[in-house]
Amino acid sequence: MNRVTLFSICASAGFLLYILEMVRRRKLREEYSILWLFGSALILVLSLKQDWLVGIAHAVGIVYPPSFLFLVGILFILLILIHFSIAISKLHQMNKKMAQEIALMKEKAMDGTSGDPPIGS
Amino acid sequence: MGFQPDTPIVLLPAYQEERSIGGLVRSLRERYPYDVLVVNDGSTDRTSEAAREAGATVLDLPCNLGIGGAVQTGFLYARDRGYDVVVRIDGDGQHEVEDIPKVLEPILAGRADAVIGSRFLGETEYRGSIPRIFGIRFFRLLVNVTTGYRVTDPTSGFFAINRRLVEFYSDHYPSDYPEVDAYILMHRLKARTVEVPVRMYDREEGKSSITPFRAVYYMVKVTLSFLINRIRRFG
Repeated sequence: MNRVTLFSICASAGFLLYILEMVRRRKLREEYSILWLFGSALILVLSLKQDWLVGIAHAVGIVYPPSFLFLVGILFILLILIHFSIAISKLHQMNKKMAQEIALMKEKAMDGTSGDPPIGS
Repeated sequence: MGFQPDTPIVLLPAYQEERSIGGLVRSLRERYPYDVLVVNDGSTDRTSEAAREAGATVLDLPCNLGIGGAVQTGFLYARDRGYDVVVRIDGDGQHEVEDIPKVLEPILAGRADAVIGSRFLGETEYRGSIPRIFGIRFFRLLVNVTTGYRVTDPTSGFFAINRRLVEFYSDHYPSDYPEVDAYILMHRLKARTVEVPVRMYDREEGKSSITPFRAVYYMVKVTLSFLINRIRRFG
């Protein structure tokens, strides 16, 4: 077993445990942990099962098998970042709606205490 | 239906405009029988108080949403309170209050769903910087080519819209730099638009928010969201 493989086993196992612990302590929501868990589990399996890694790496034309691990890692990071951008966009939209709703409600609460009464409704 | 009088409301988004907003609201109140709505976009100065003292209804956003989000708040208010027409002008005195009837007329006559005040129609005193004029020309081309609307002033924030657009914009309004984008939305709705000549001035107070970096961001963002709005679904 070469050093890079040993390193990736330790790193991905530690990472996996860390994520699980964060979810257990409710510091990380399950929906945001899924990609992290899958990513680190996949890297862990490929690090343990050398022959699988070599097989897949050669099948896609990668000469040095551990670099396939990096590829998997990078792809998962990309996926996670896209996931975050989507989550942020959703939060942004929710935040905007809430701010607008608050402004409308504040005005309604103050209605009659200042200015002219609005028409309609 | 039909001959029911339309009730317009004048909508002014305002951010840090404590020095100009009061006078502006007062001159609107003196001149027109319309209700005046100021959407205070999270200002930290006395914008809200100044507008209220001058007789406007004020919506205070708890944080700064940017121009599109602020204007949309005004549309939500108008929709909920049953106003038929919204006239939107800038809160910083750039737009000539006297031109409001010109912007309202085609809507009240039922000839248009949206009327946009253009600083380039008719005799104009407007002198923009070269990058600004370039940007306006670029957007003019973009709007003309993709929607077929004949537009001279695609970034104008001086416009009036009828109830149908108020309802649509309440749900779908771009968050920043909304004016160019709005053309695609109107095109998708097959809205009838008219441009009328209006006067616009250089800002009385404060600075324009456009820096060179923002100008580039503005161009890219608006072009992107404009093109995406063409293929987006509105449910």
